[in-house]
Amino acid sequence: MTSVCTAERKEAGRPVGRPATPMSDWNELQNDLSREGYVAADDLAMALHIALSLGRPLLLEGAAGVGKTEIARTLAAVKATELIRLQCYEGLDAAQTIYEWNYQRQLLSIRAASEAGEARAETEARIFSDEFLLERPLLKAIRQPTAPVLLIDEIDRADEEFEAYLLEILSDFTVTVPELGTIPAITRPMVILTANGTRDLSDALRRRCIYAHVDYPDRATELAILAKRCPDIEARLAGQIVGFVQSLRKEELEKTPGVAEMLDFAAALAGLGINDLSGDPVVLQATLATLLKTQADRANVPPEVAQRLAGKAA
Amino acid sequence: MSRVTRFAARDPGIAPRVAAFLDHLRAQGFHVGVAETDLALSALSHVACADPAQARLALKAVCAGCADDVARFDDLFDAFWMNEGRVRQRAMPSQTSGEMQHMRSTREDRARRADGSGIAEEPEGGDGDGETASEGTGKLVASQLRNLMKKDMREIVSPEDVRRAERVARDLGRALRDRRSRRRHAARKGAQIDFRRTIRKSLSSGAEPFKLARRNRPDRPVRITALCDVSGSMTLYAKPFLAFLSGLMRADPDSDAYLFHTRLVRITEALRDDDPLRALNRITLLADGFGGGSKIGGNLNRFARSYARKFVNGRSVVLILSDGYDSDAPDLVGAALKRLRKRGCRVIWLNPLKSWEGYAPIARGMSAALPHLDLFAPAATLDDLAALEPELVRL
Repeated sequence: MTSVCTAERKEAGRPVGRPATPMSDWNELQNDLSREGYVAADDLAMALHIALSLGRPLLLEGAAGVGKTEIARTLAAVKATELIRLQCYEGLDAAQTIYEWNYQRQLLSIRAASEAGEARAETEARIFSDEFLLERPLLKAIRQPTAPVLLIDEIDRADEEFEAYLLEILSDFTVTVPELGTIPAITRPMVILTANGTRDLSDALRRRCIYAHVDYPDRATELAILAKRCPDIEARLAGQIVGFVQSLRKEELEKTPGVAEMLDFAAALAGLGINDLSGDPVVLQATLATLLKTQADRANVPPEVAQRLAGKAA
Repeated sequence: MSRVTRFAARDPGIAPRVAAFLDHLRAQGFHVGVAETDLALSALSHVACADPAQARLALKAVCAGCADDVARFDDLFDAFWMNEGRVRQRAMPSQTSGEMQHMRSTREDRARRADGSGIAEEPEGGDGDGETASEGTGKLVASQLRNLMKKDMREIVSPEDVRRAERVARDLGRALRDRRSRRRHAARKGAQIDFRRTIRKSLSSGAEPFKLARRNRPDRPVRITALCDVSGSMTLYAKPFLAFLSGLMRADPDSDAYLFHTRLVRITEALRDDDPLRALNRITLLADGFGGGSKIGGNLNRFARSYARKFVNGRSVVLILSDGYDSDAPDLVGAALKRLRKRGCRVIWLNPLKSWEGYAPIARGMSAALPHLDLFAPAATLDDLAALEPELVRL
């Protein structure tokens, strides 16, 4: 359902103090991200910077595999804070996203109370207290001592009802539990929402957010990403890999390979000890399994096509 | 590098200029309001706003709301701040339709509506009159656009038809909805227990949950997506079908409608216009080429690749209203429907010719489509459509 992962990395590698030339904050953020291994395009870095400085949620839209989720993880690392992740799916409701009472404990407690002869009003007050409340990601995110990064992943998979609920939380960062009253936010989380166009999002949600469209990276950016993530790959092969994947994206495919797939592809080649993409057609065809994920796509890229693309990239 | 725009001395501050810029964006169909102006100003205070590159990125992050906005933003920014001559942004519907995949539905119409009012900041505000006229008559611009329109939709569909169609559409929608809920019921073996209420109730009986409160899922509405063929061979049947579409749009806020002949046009927003007649007026503008040739395969394919990715899911019913006479290759229809079915939707094809005696689906496009259909039924009039209700329930 939801998973929470902590990024405990401290700001070890960051320079102390400001650089000698005054650099604007957003460049600094871009550099920080890059130090943690995320190469962000200018408009994405700027959108993130503005979202952070204005305290607005950031809505990232783009095809699958362009690094939308990854930026939240990197941001948590940069800010040395926790990442709270809420994966959306159809039918997600408040009990799974905000809070739930711990029913088992409540039952036990009522039983014990009735045996001890406790008055009903007291029991009721006790079992509907903070102690019996199970925090779910959204409530958890606003009750952290240091502001966490809240990642609401694939918001377009959740239904409209959840979107409406989310709007309420994102605008005033309070949660109302009928039995407890209104719980205000201790800190305001840095909210990142991602969507990949399964469903059209409501205008209200779009307007609440700072928007950035994340596209497949251009050649230079993708090379930089590859160099960051797989520093062992030599420049010539890296150029070939990126060229190959970039031209593969132009082919008519059902699932266009994203950055993650490109990295898998590079790792596979590195693992097999390949240093020239056009060298061995059999190995190339085998490693395509990391890039092409459907039967039809595999059929669309027979060895000849793969060879042609590899030859072009070389 | 283009020159930075010079501003009149009477608006010296940054605030009025940013406000004017947002006005400019609004005129081009961006969904920005007063809140965004405020947001834009505070965003600029967090960057070095004297640097055009930074200001551009910052304003883009604040003002753009979807992929299409992002794509157009740079030109609009240049047109306003960089004084880069007269950049013509607004394209006629006939030209834009090819690139509409990533557009949000309301864009085109809103842009036109806003332009009609002649915003002063817009560089080419002067040529707004042609557009203004389009609101009024429709025919004038239609002829200016040199389109092939032979009929005015208002002559085809009367408001009474729309009202009647609205009823039919509502009934059909309900038929589909009921079916959906039954299926859910059968699949739900162990209904959930509502712990929250159960525990509260059990307090009075000393933690003994005698009464189990249960939870039931509400019925989920089905989303109807209708594609109507308005090519030459369908002219006779256009009337009931268009009435049905506009009734459907009014009856069901989740439904979606498209017209196709040689091109595919999304008419959902146009049909939702408050005034039914004006809605038809707007369709008149969108549907240039009405009564022309038909490219069913190509259009369905385009639909499956563009709009369907966004609007069609497992809860959708795609309703195709066409006679199946196609000038595209027949296997294209089959491939398009196959792709569409992959999204989990159900496909219903209503063919006006099927009610003819001795009709066999031998039109190449039609026979290629048959294996992919959930229901292939005759429908030539509104009454036929109304009679479909039991069929849909059974589906």
